[in-house]
Amino acid sequence: MSVTIGSGHEGNVREQLTAYKARVKGGEMGALPSVLSLFVLTFLFAALNPYFLTQGNFANLLTQTATLMMLAMALVFVILLAEIDLSAGVTSGVAMALFIIMTNRWEIDWRISIVAGLLCGMAIGAFIGFFVAKVGVPSFVVTLGLFLGFQGLQLALLGDGGIYRIEVPEIRAIMNDNLPGWMGWAFLAIGITVMTLLNFYDRGVRARNGLVNRPISLMYTKLVVVAVIGAALVAILNENRSRSIKEISGVPIVVPIALTVLFLGTLLLDRTRFGRHLYAVGGNPEAARRSGIKVIKIRIIAFMICSSLAVISGIFNASRVGAVEATAGKAIVLSGVAAAVVGGVSLFGGRGRLIHAAAGALVIAIIDNGLGLIGLPAGINFLVTGGVLILAATVDAVSRKRSSGAR
Amino acid sequence: MTSQTPIVELIGITKSFGPVDVLKGIDFTAYAGRVTALVGDNGAGKSTLIKGLAGVQEYDGGVVKFEGKEVQLPSARAAAALGIEVVYQDLALCENLDIVQNMFLGREAMLGITLNEPQMEFEASKTLTGLSVRTVSSVRQKVASLSGGQRQTVAIARSVLRNAKLVILDEPTAALGVAQTEQVLNLVRRLADSGVAVIIISHNLQDVFKVADDIAVLYLGKMVANLKSSETNHLDVVQYITGSRTMGDQE
Repeated sequence: MSVTIGSGHEGNVREQLTAYKARVKGGEMGALPSVLSLFVLTFLFAALNPYFLTQGNFANLLTQTATLMMLAMALVFVILLAEIDLSAGVTSGVAMALFIIMTNRWEIDWRISIVAGLLCGMAIGAFIGFFVAKVGVPSFVVTLGLFLGFQGLQLALLGDGGIYRIEVPEIRAIMNDNLPGWMGWAFLAIGITVMTLLNFYDRGVRARNGLVNRPISLMYTKLVVVAVIGAALVAILNENRSRSIKEISGVPIVVPIALTVLFLGTLLLDRTRFGRHLYAVGGNPEAARRSGIKVIKIRIIAFMICSSLAVISGIFNASRVGAVEATAGKAIVLSGVAAAVVGGVSLFGGRGRLIHAAAGALVIAIIDNGLGLIGLPAGINFLVTGGVLILAATVDAVSRKRSSGAR
Repeated sequence: MTSQTPIVELIGITKSFGPVDVLKGIDFTAYAGRVTALVGDNGAGKSTLIKGLAGVQEYDGGVVKFEGKEVQLPSARAAAALGIEVVYQDLALCENLDIVQNMFLGREAMLGITLNEPQMEFEASKTLTGLSVRTVSSVRQKVASLSGGQRQTVAIARSVLRNAKLVILDEPTAALGVAQTEQVLNLVRRLADSGVAVIIISHNLQDVFKVADDIAVLYLGKMVANLKSSETNHLDVVQYITGSRTMGDQE
């Protein structure tokens, strides 16, 4: 039987572009607004301050962003369910408090302590998930309660005003050390190779099922664009950015870690049954339930993933600061939510990807970094970030109306 | 004409909620390849009868025969395992997912640990093509962008994809405009022609006469008439529905 209904893969490059424009107009904008604002902000700040585009500031920006980016990606898993985790920041704080007590006080191997911290995060996520999914308490309330409670727990664990230096060089290295030049290139090569293989694999499976593929030139164009941007970034970071005699160069170690989490998380959301069911529950829980999806289980796992990834963002933060404080993670969580929303993850649930949250985090970090360089008073920074957030949420609400307005 | 075994046969079905007898000994049959309309006023017991068949709410008494064999329907899963699919009025689709994703929701095709999107896409297209659906341009469209009629189409096609032997449609045309109603009714006809037994619940007698082969009329928990749509007319059915006429009057 011949199949006559299209799938969006048909047509030449021009037709594909037209179809893409139509989707954007129809409200499926994805990361487009945040990517555009990244460009605009970069040009703006570059014009206003010559230091903004230096290698030194660029590396700085990446490490500044990493913590926020990881937290925003963590939150995507629960925001996709139209839930929220206000305790993600302090959860990472509690896990890191446990970590520092294990390494510093009890002198346990740092690897075991990291695993313990991640397990601690996972357990907290399961706790939140149980109350939200099984008992039915709104996630806003459960996590607000934990947000308050865990601040107390952090104080109890680390003492009033407690601050502990991180003695583990491997942890300090994440944010403060760089890959050797050749390893930056090797990582880029591996990344491009994996992307290419994945693309060819997908095309192969489609072809075997007798389906049309998008023009192959489109795939090559995308890969080349990614390769060129990636190569430019590695080249810039591999130059010496030190202002003293000691050379500093190379891709910060945190970059490959964050990109690997982004890659694996995206595979989980896009290509596994769990990911599909997560989106389904976020879009219409009742429809998901009637299709036989175990909604409670999906919700609990989502909270567990969120809290675990939040712990990784806590590790990044501790590495950057070089210490674990009793107040860690308190201030950042709302910025994390803001980053996800600015990137195009819908608070209504069911719409958004990890890359959106990553792009949103970059936007917020660039605003922070750029305004700081221009030397405006600190208050302006919050005003601008807040304005961007409201703008992004408005875009989300409007595009949501538009995409369901076709009825 | 219908000497074959019915797909589903209900004999003496009863159901009560506390002191209220909602179903008072219903006999009902549906045949493969035929559209059976279930009509009746509000409170006649249509929903209760359907919920029992769907496995959502068990009957108190009576016998359910599926393909000639007596069966129990304790859960929706049990009903689905037999090949009974219900398309509810609210359709239960995820707007944020596309047509293929919705049609395979909860029973995704896998390739190792990853989703086999191409296989699902192929089978979804095949099913829609098999039902001669021409109103959707791409199976990768998000359901949010579909019209009411197109959504109904997707929901019906999903039940076909699940190899349903009996598809129950709850008010499929209630919220649709004229053109879309026409499309959905055509689809229902083709569904039956493909060998599926279809039960359609509707308040709209115009639609019923357009698509149904048999008409079963419920009145206050009793089956008051089993008619062939070719042998009756609008007025008769209305009289049965309102209780101003019973089966005995016909003879």
